[in-house]
Amino acid sequence: MALFKNITIGQYIPGNSAIHRLDPRTKIIGTVLLIVLLFMVDSFLGYALAAVAIFGIVQLSEIPWRIILRGLRPLFVILLLTVSLHLFMTEGTPIFRIWFIEVTWEGLFRGVMMGVRLALLVMGTSLLTLTTSPINLTDGIESLLKPGKRIGVPAHELAMMMTIALRFIPTLLEEAEKIMKAQMARGADFQSGGLMQRAKSLIPLLVPLFVNAFRRADDLAIAMEARGYRGGEGRTKFKELHFGQADAIALGVSIAFVVLVGVLF
Amino acid sequence: MAKPLIRFEGVHFRYNPGTEREWAALQGIDLDIYPGEFVAVLGHNGSGKSTLAKHCNALLVPSSGRVLVDGLDTKDDAAVWQIRQTIGMVFQNPDNQLVATTVEEDVAFGPENLGIPSKEIQARVDEALRAVGMEAYRLHSPHQLSGGQKQRVAIAGMISMRPRCIVLDEPTAMLDPEGRREVMHTIHRLNETEKITIVHITHHMDEVINADRVVIMTDGKIALQGTPKDVFSNVELLRSLHLDVPQVTALSHRLRSRGLNLPDGIITVDELVECLCQS
Repeated sequence: MALFKNITIGQYIPGNSAIHRLDPRTKIIGTVLLIVLLFMVDSFLGYALAAVAIFGIVQLSEIPWRIILRGLRPLFVILLLTVSLHLFMTEGTPIFRIWFIEVTWEGLFRGVMMGVRLALLVMGTSLLTLTTSPINLTDGIESLLKPGKRIGVPAHELAMMMTIALRFIPTLLEEAEKIMKAQMARGADFQSGGLMQRAKSLIPLLVPLFVNAFRRADDLAIAMEARGYRGGEGRTKFKELHFGQADAIALGVSIAFVVLVGVLF
Repeated sequence: MAKPLIRFEGVHFRYNPGTEREWAALQGIDLDIYPGEFVAVLGHNGSGKSTLAKHCNALLVPSSGRVLVDGLDTKDDAAVWQIRQTIGMVFQNPDNQLVATTVEEDVAFGPENLGIPSKEIQARVDEALRAVGMEAYRLHSPHQLSGGQKQRVAIAGMISMRPRCIVLDEPTAMLDPEGRREVMHTIHRLNETEKITIVHITHHMDEVINADRVVIMTDGKIALQGTPKDVFSNVELLRSLHLDVPQVTALSHRLRSRGLNLPDGIITVDELVECLCQS
């Protein structure tokens, strides 16, 4: 998988920490609460408290810091852009000006706040996927969406789609690499040329990949039918989710924290 | 003899009826498969053997004639559920039949569909993985396994539904020799120890010599059936159907045509050695 080794989807770090053991539903709700909180807060103290909370959870999860920080790397450009846009575009008390660009205290304040908000957002949400296995995550989502069934939310179908997608990502990547090598052996060039040229050279890769994916989908549908699949009705679960005492405490603390910090700061 | 588990009565099947691509894949199949049997179905591409397999658990239903599974007609929509529990099915491509992201979750997929309580699913998964010798891989994801291992997981996924019969549609076609050996060993063991009826569809001659019965298909019809010994006695007929015979059979056939005194239907090396020593 040499060509695709830097694609890490649903990167899950197995472990047995207090956070790992929580019910996925608790973690999903907690993450949603965190997102809400980060958009409600509007002061440095509020951010500081949210940061302390996230740092605490990282400590509890026993996930190494370098992995958390690695998650921020792809965000670097966006972070820089956000901070500098706010820095230069906000009106207020000027600190200094170069030609027509004016840097203000308000801009500095806004920019840093926005940067911190984004960084905390990414750190908080990646904690969810880092500590929850994909199976648990889909089970959690399915269970949380279930009440929406009455208004037509296809909870089971969405979860099944996610499972199948996760199952086939490595298979399709492997296949893409195989096709790529086969085309390269026959003289195809995927590396050189401009953006348009390179995009064009991907066509002989994508066409067989898609054709095969449809064939796979057909086979899989037949195989699922042969194994008695007929939708979510009457289905049981191999691993049932268990909402325990730890979950109740974690959820209670999160709600209290969000309400308190959100309202006060 | 006991009541047949699967019964084909004058089954005809056409793909794409009424269009230009209409094609009669099955043309009058009469076949009984009895409980506990190991039946091998042999034929080359386009002989209708996969179509036959898909009729066993109502994935396809006959255009005319009928298929009975344990007395239930596959055309009866209400019976399809019961039929699919009775007849498990394993397909050719090991990659395209595993659903879940881990081995044990995949084996649990069938029982989940049947609505088995989760405690019992655990027991069934353990049992099924043990039956195919894959218990050490329960937490592996499918793409970490070899082709033969994936097929064994697919078989385990069937066993966990406790079927009475497993139909395997060319399960070894995409495997290397090692994987083929693993799969063949597994299905023979299931047939012998768990008494599961096996319908094994293949085009590898050497995979049918240990079957109870061999069915040769050509152009949507059954050309020949009987014990492996009987079937491979007809070397000329098989050749005329463009089918190979096992190497040992071919060799003894040639030796006989050169004047050696050998009986018909030699299918194993040991047999040939013994006959050669005697003559």
